Order: sequence, then structure tokens, then C-alpha cells
Amino acid sequence: MIGLQHYLVLAAALFSLGILGLLTRRNAVNVLMSIELILNAANVNLVAFSRYATGNMGGQLFGVFVIVVAAAEVAVALAIVLTLYRLRRTPNLDEANILKG
Amino acid sequence: MTAEAAVFWAFAIVTVGSAAVVVLSRTLIYSAFALLFTFFGVAGLYVLLGADFLAATQLLVYVGGILVLLLFGVMLTHRIYDLDLHSELGTPWDWLAPGSVAVGLFVILSFAAVKTQWMSVPRTPAPTTAEIGRLFLGQFLLPFEAASVLLLVALIGAAMIVRRRRDA
Repeated sequence: MIGLQHYLVLAAALFSLGILGLLTRRNAVNVLMSIELILNAANVNLVAFSRYATGNMGGQLFGVFVIVVAAAEVAVALAIVLTLYRLRRTPNLDEANILKG
Repeated sequence: MTAEAAVFWAFAIVTVGSAAVVVLSRTLIYSAFALLFTFFGVAGLYVLLGADFLAATQLLVYVGGILVLLLFGVMLTHRIYDLDLHSELGTPWDWLAPGSVAVGLFVILSFAAVKTQWMSVPRTPAPTTAEIGRLFLGQFLLPFEAASVLLLVALIGAAMIVRRRRDA
């Protein structure tokens, strides 16, 4: 019998993998992919609670908003990455130290 | 094993396995394509949870939009023969701290998820699209409008940031 706990543990695995990617990657596009993994983990949690715990549609509506914010975030973040690449010829985040005095 | 459990485990293996490839692969383009399978797996889980509208949105926005955008990012920021990530962590010792943070997080979160007594009010699966539309144009009208303004701002902001300035 598949219940709420199964989905929560699955989302915890997705979230931890996203955190691992955030901590280990230097490439900016790869860091963005890890952020998408984390957002997807949160969304799985929301929809699972909507199905098993609260009995209403609130979680699914919140999930739609999370997708909207993810789309806006990735568009702006990629614009910044492209501008950085144009300035420094590198996609690596630790070389993005132009603001350092 | 019931059919539901079989489908759940299949989608769970696809999702977590390809997410691991996203994080651990040494080639950026492999990560991007593994992310495709992660998004498909999550969309399948949404269907299994009775969220049909959200599953369709996941496929349209994530697979059709965000992933294509990420692939453009991969292609625009790399020379084509330079796709190997030489700059990543090399020795196993470099993985010790991030790996233990991730494993620790997973253990704590799973422990909390399994041990907590969750409230249980199951929602009977039913088509959700009409209900979501009614809620968006009724009770949740303000967040809906705020989301549309956010998308407009992000659109203009992204175009402004990547624009080539003549005077710079």
C-alpha cells in the first residue's frame, strides 16, 4: 500500500540530491539544474499532502505557483549566466568575482 | 504487490536514478538529458497522485520550456569540444563534506517523514482542471494576478540583462 510516507521519502531523496549538486558543482548551468531538482522535490511534497493529508486542492494550486516561479527564475538566471560568460568567458561560479573590490 | 505500488516504484526508480545522474555525471549534456527523465518521472508521480492538470503543466513548462532553456544555456556557454567538466571535484576526499551533508539531510528528512503522525484526509481522485480554474479566478485571484505580473517582470528583466549594450 503506497501512502504519504513513500512520497515524502522520495521527495527527501530528490531534495538531498539537489543539495549535493549545489555543493559540488561549479558550473552555473549545473547549479541551476540542481535548483530545479529541489523545486521538484518540494512540489512532490505539496501534491502528496494535497492527495493524502489535507483533502483539498491547496497543495496542487501551490504547486502551479512553484512551477511559475521556477520558470521565471530559470529565465532570469540564464540571462545572468550568459552575460557572465560574455564578460569572463567562463561558466564557473567561483570565477564570478567581478564585484570583489 | 498491487498495480499502484508497481507503478509507483517504477516512477520512483526512474526519478531518483536520473536525478543521481544529473548530479553525478561528469558531462554537462548528460546531466541535461537525465534531467528530462527526472521531469518525466515526477510528472508520472503527479498522475499517480491524481493531479492531472499539474502533470500536464509539468510536461509543458518543465520539459517544453525550462529544459530547452537549459540546453540553450549549455550550448551557449560551452565550446562544443569542451563539454567535459574538468573543473569538478576530483578526489574522493572532496566529496566527503558535501556527501555527508546530503546523506545526513536525507536521513533526517526521511526519519521525520516516517515517524510523524500525519493528518489523514484522503482526497478521492477526480479531474482537477475545472476546480483549479474556479479557484484561480475566485479564492486565489490575487496570487494568480501576482504570478502573471512576476512572469512579465522576469520576461522584461531577462531581455534587459542579455541585451548587448552599444555604449559599453
